[in-house]
Amino acid sequence: MSGEMEFVQNFPCFSIMFCMFAGIVSSAFKEKMARIVNVAVLTLNILLSAAVFLYVAKTGVSYVYVMGRFPAPWGNELRIGILETGLALFFCVIMLLSLLGGRHKLVQEVEEGKQGLYYVLSDLMLSSLLALLYTNDLFTAYVFVEINTISACGLIMIRQNGRTIEASVRYMIMSLLGSGLFLVGICMLYDLTGHLLMSNIKMEITQIVAEGAYRPPLLVTIAIISVGLAIKSALFPFHAWLPDAYGYSTVSSAAILSSLVSKGYIFLLFKIIYRVIGFDVFHDSKIVNILFIFALMGMVFGSLSAIKENDVRRMIAFSSVAQVGYIYMGVGMGTQVGMVAAVFHVLSHVATKSLLFISAIGLTDVSGGSRKFIELTGSGYRNKCAGVAFSVGALSMVGVPMFSGFISKLLFSQAAVQNTVKMLPTLIVLGISTILNAIYFMKTVIRIYTPVNDREYPTVAWRDNKVYAAVLFCFVVLNILLGVCSQPIVDLIESGLMMFA
Amino acid sequence: MGANLFNNYGEAVAMILFVIGFGNLMLQSNLIKKIIGLNIMDTAVYLFLAEKGYISGRVAPIVVDGIQSTEAYINPVPSGLVLTGIVVSVSVSALMLSLTIRLYQRYHTLDLDEISLRLKKEGL
Amino acid sequence: MSRMKSEEEYRKTKAFHFFRWLSGEKDPYVGNLEMKPQKEYIEEEASLRERMRENQMVMDKVYDTRHNKWLFLFRRFYRIMAVVFCAMLAGLLLFTVSYLPPTGNASNPDNNEVAERYIESGMQETGAVNIVTGMILTYRAFDTFGETNVLFIATCCVMIMLMVEDAELKRQEVMNDRRFEPKNDAILQGAAMILVPIIFIFGIYIILNGHLSPGGGFSGGATIGAGMILYASAFGFKKTERFFDEKIYKITKVSALCTYGLIGIYYYVTGANGIENHIPLGIPGHIVSAGIIFPINICVGIEVACTMYAFYALFRRGGL
Repeated sequence: MSGEMEFVQNFPCFSIMFCMFAGIVSSAFKEKMARIVNVAVLTLNILLSAAVFLYVAKTGVSYVYVMGRFPAPWGNELRIGILETGLALFFCVIMLLSLLGGRHKLVQEVEEGKQGLYYVLSDLMLSSLLALLYTNDLFTAYVFVEINTISACGLIMIRQNGRTIEASVRYMIMSLLGSGLFLVGICMLYDLTGHLLMSNIKMEITQIVAEGAYRPPLLVTIAIISVGLAIKSALFPFHAWLPDAYGYSTVSSAAILSSLVSKGYIFLLFKIIYRVIGFDVFHDSKIVNILFIFALMGMVFGSLSAIKENDVRRMIAFSSVAQVGYIYMGVGMGTQVGMVAAVFHVLSHVATKSLLFISAIGLTDVSGGSRKFIELTGSGYRNKCAGVAFSVGALSMVGVPMFSGFISKLLFSQAAVQNTVKMLPTLIVLGISTILNAIYFMKTVIRIYTPVNDREYPTVAWRDNKVYAAVLFCFVVLNILLGVCSQPIVDLIESGLMMFA
Repeated sequence: MGANLFNNYGEAVAMILFVIGFGNLMLQSNLIKKIIGLNIMDTAVYLFLAEKGYISGRVAPIVVDGIQSTEAYINPVPSGLVLTGIVVSVSVSALMLSLTIRLYQRYHTLDLDEISLRLKKEGL
Repeated sequence: MSRMKSEEEYRKTKAFHFFRWLSGEKDPYVGNLEMKPQKEYIEEEASLRERMRENQMVMDKVYDTRHNKWLFLFRRFYRIMAVVFCAMLAGLLLFTVSYLPPTGNASNPDNNEVAERYIESGMQETGAVNIVTGMILTYRAFDTFGETNVLFIATCCVMIMLMVEDAELKRQEVMNDRRFEPKNDAILQGAAMILVPIIFIFGIYIILNGHLSPGGGFSGGATIGAGMILYASAFGFKKTERFFDEKIYKITKVSALCTYGLIGIYYYVTGANGIENHIPLGIPGHIVSAGIIFPINICVGIEVACTMYAFYALFRRGGL
């Protein structure tokens, strides 16, 4: 590469490779050593991502990192900008907090010899997430999507009871359907354009659209790739695996899966829309409308199914379906403002959903391990930290001001008003969905704060499990930060999306 | 329908096989048949890629007698993609088969619908 | 209770009667309407059993999927819709294929400058005679590293599922295995004694010649793995454990992957920063040539062989 490269620019490559090394080496260790290596690698990644983020924010322009000596289109490349590094930093923080928060349940629920392997899986999952964020090459994205799928399956099935194994089989089947479609889409795209690097494909696609020679297969290819990635991130009709997988696995797996894994695929879809197909071409093909309709249906059906549930973790899992619908609604609106709203909702959902799962486990622990609502009555008094954290998460989901959910709903409404055709359905469904969210979340919050006298469950103070309380505190602070200081973050997202193309 | 359907007959067959595999993976209730459908689907993609690389009248891309002009060899890129795809397919099949073994040891049936029904009845 | 009247007088007033009825302390019908006071309700054994039996009958009827008419109709409908969906998908894909560039045509969009450089300067830049190996291990080395990790993580997941750690269960698995698998089969052992060394040598040949002829780490590793599987099924796990048990497996796997990773990092960082790469390319056509391809092929071959054998041993016996 020409020009002098700073040492800090090597950090993304280092972070991906360090995670992989940590995973490989931890497979030979016992549980304690594997856990220490895992936490060390996560902390190191947070520092590296923060350094690159500051560097890119200072220079204000995204740069390309060549993996090997050959530049595009002959070799592999990473492309690093504000959005990628910001999200990488955020994901590392959330993963660290989720693993620390769920550790006491992991020790209880998983066999002795397999706990070390759990940390191997989470290291490799982190490396695949970082690679999906940074990569500039479609086939590398496919390989790391497969690593992501397999490690997510491992995270679900590490707790071996009948429900989780059946959930992981269903998850693998749906995921493999999505991967198969994605691979066929990549092969057809290679056939039409002759390149695998994203920037080169875009140049070829603009030429194809201008000439009009290969337009029908291009439209079908875009549709196949979008549907493949939508299947993997649990958009509405393809969400059947979600409640079982999130509801019955161990709690740090549920937090990592619900917040990080599906967001990796959604971010890959964003990248493909911006950097491979081009925003205008994607909008002209009517795929956005299909995604929009599925998103609206998902928002309503997810909330309706959550209201019917009697089990608190399945209820939170169904609300994930609705939230993914929100993100796809932002994509489906087809405007830049809609995409900014979608990216902000990604951040907000990541922070809130893991908070909800980790606080829910604290509440069920003081109710005799049962997850039914009738046992959870009054648990907010028995475990005060978990009760407060769950209430904060619930309020954020509903959209109360001062929390992050409010800002994302505000951004969605602003984006909807600027788009004349889709304004009315968007606003109506947003309203209905907020009411439905309020029904099941507020019902739970009221229930956990209803005092009961005749339960003999133990009361847990924050001193009993300091790490857990600290994790909940960090999550609550993150949520309030996103809600209160949202304007600089939205500006960063806008400049990041500008750099993205 | 475009003009190239009969010219691209290899790719058409690959797409039909892909849909057969896809349908099997989605719709069969027997787990082993689902895994076979997965393998058919992946193999169809390799057939598609192999057709893509071929250029009539040329040989495989291994340099023979020092001839290095582009007119002598086929496109090497799809072959590399197939190598990666085969490894991924093997890994995923092994994982699905181990899940099947575990489920069979617990429930003594290979039928996924039957297993879901039993889980609902258990009410875990 | 009243401040102005005494207790006895208050008990005669209507207000006292009203409030006593309201709070439910005295039942107004006892002694007036009914002949005897109510007895506490004790559930009989027989009625309890009857209720549980009815409960069980309802559960059986609900979960009785074979005779449920609506479920039957729904299954029919689902199957027809599924076939229709697959037919539509097939039609869509065939429609796309008909518009794709024709096969075998030299002027396709994908025969462009990318393929040109790989073919024309491949041997000089990578040192490999086999252009495809040069491409996947030099130009696109990151993809291949990711793919090796896919194998690694699949092995980890299969180990989570099938590996038996408990000593008692392990002994039981070994006994089950010995009961169901053939022991000391003469034909198998005779064939294995001849074939296994040939397979191993052939596999090593494929790995080492990855950059000179078709082959490489993946195919050679699979061959060596197949040889090990043949040996294990012919001679039993006891003899295989003499040269390949769990500790050796862990050591070889971790060191192979770590070596690959270190070479990879060295290659990416020196390439991105423009620093000179000190691994010599050698003369194309010799075995020890092609820069980083030769050691990477060996590492990948070892890893794939370990993986194949580990899958076999875990599926058969729950442990290496």
